[in-house]
Amino acid sequence: MHVHFLDPYRPRSSPVHALDPRLKLVLTLGFILTTALVPPGAWPVYILLLAIVLSVEIISDLGVGTVLKRSALALPFVLAAVPILFTIPGTALWSIQIGPWELVLSAAGLERFASIAAKSWISVQAAIILASSTPFPELLAAMRAIRIPRLLVAIFSLMWRYLFVLVDEALRLLRARASRSGRSDQPGLKTGGSLAWRGRVAGGMAGNLFLRAYERSERIYMAMLARGYDGEIRKEPLPRLGPGGWLLLGVGLSVYLILLVVSLIL
Amino acid sequence: MHHSIEVSHLSFSYSDGHPALHDVSLSIAPCEKVALVGPNGAGKSTLILHLNGILSGKGQVKVCSLDVNEKNVSRVRAMVGLVFQAPDDQLFSPTVYDDVAFGPLYQGLPKAEVDQRVVDALQAVGMSEYARRVSHHLSLGEKKRIAIATVLSMQPEILILDEPTAGLDPRARRSLIHLLNDLPITMLVSTHDLLMVHELFPRMVIMDEGQVVADGETIELMKDRALLEAHGLEKPF
Repeated sequence: MHVHFLDPYRPRSSPVHALDPRLKLVLTLGFILTTALVPPGAWPVYILLLAIVLSVEIISDLGVGTVLKRSALALPFVLAAVPILFTIPGTALWSIQIGPWELVLSAAGLERFASIAAKSWISVQAAIILASSTPFPELLAAMRAIRIPRLLVAIFSLMWRYLFVLVDEALRLLRARASRSGRSDQPGLKTGGSLAWRGRVAGGMAGNLFLRAYERSERIYMAMLARGYDGEIRKEPLPRLGPGGWLLLGVGLSVYLILLVVSLIL
Repeated sequence: MHHSIEVSHLSFSYSDGHPALHDVSLSIAPCEKVALVGPNGAGKSTLILHLNGILSGKGQVKVCSLDVNEKNVSRVRAMVGLVFQAPDDQLFSPTVYDDVAFGPLYQGLPKAEVDQRVVDALQAVGMSEYARRVSHHLSLGEKKRIAIATVLSMQPEILILDEPTAGLDPRARRSLIHLLNDLPITMLVSTHDLLMVHELFPRMVIMDEGQVVADGETIELMKDRALLEAHGLEKPF
């Protein structure tokens, strides 16, 4: 019994999938950085950025709908920006009285909030395209190639490997709990226990899972040491980037730069 | 006739399309003790997960003449005590007491009855003095016994065990066999331990590639070396 839903990679035969993972990683990171640096309220530039992302989605054959659906994942994080609505001074649009405090919604705050929401939505889409069009092991190789600290890459790689094990384990725990969640044949009993008790059970399960993950990590580490692990995972270096790759990289990064400059002038 | 377990024409495929059960039929009478054997991947665990409604395939599954479906599933789970292979999955609470009390507490039984059931269940598996222990630190044999106690406390009609003797040392295995022998309850046990099957279970069901390939008296089936070997089993003596 295994869980497959975690792997975001979707195999397709598109030019985006065929692209060198190092290029994809750098271009995606560059894109996200550009999006982050564009000042708030530069709507024409946002539209251009969104157009780039949507075009890549179409070229990648992943389906715009699929990517958009997955990008809903970013929505809860936008909540973190809600206080901005009320903390930036500007023309008051609306106000609400909560006890002794008065919250004032300002026009500048609204613009800042909408910008953050739009930027995070665009960035998440770029990340989704990267993850859906690149198998994770290739992504790890690309991270190593662009000199992301090896320890960090090793942590990503182990996390990826054992996340599935952990989810399987959680699934088995849930299944064992479901198996013992029965209804008595005595009439008049309230099935399910109290909320506090259920919370305690769930807490016990979470703690249990943590202990097991911790113990497993110790065992894995010993097994790694037994095979001569010295803090570094060695991999064959990737082949050199061809002239086409460098050209694409140059064009991509220049476009980002131009967009940034334009957004600052606007 | 009223059967404890009645499976008819059950087929099931996993969501990735991999077929796991194909037209499985099986009846088990009250208080009968039946062994379910077969190679890894034969579909034994998948079948077991159908008997308390965790999985549901095409075909009919009845437990104590109750259909296993959405509506009855919580009654079915109270009647079928399922002991998983890895006791660590079963023991998810901080202490042994909490784990054994889980089923009765979930059913909403009064505190005094829950306590009594925990005492009885732990006594039945010979672990009375373990109630306050932390399950995490027990040995595998002890965990297996506690795992059985966690379902006995629900006073199930049927006990289903997945590989109960796997990984046990000879003494722990022996004491588990005595325990299973002494429990007066309908029992279906999936196992690779043919010596235990020979000793404990008058009836044996062989599964392979998602199908029941043989179902009959253990003594008779054990004589058939060719049958056993064709399905990845080994004649134990």
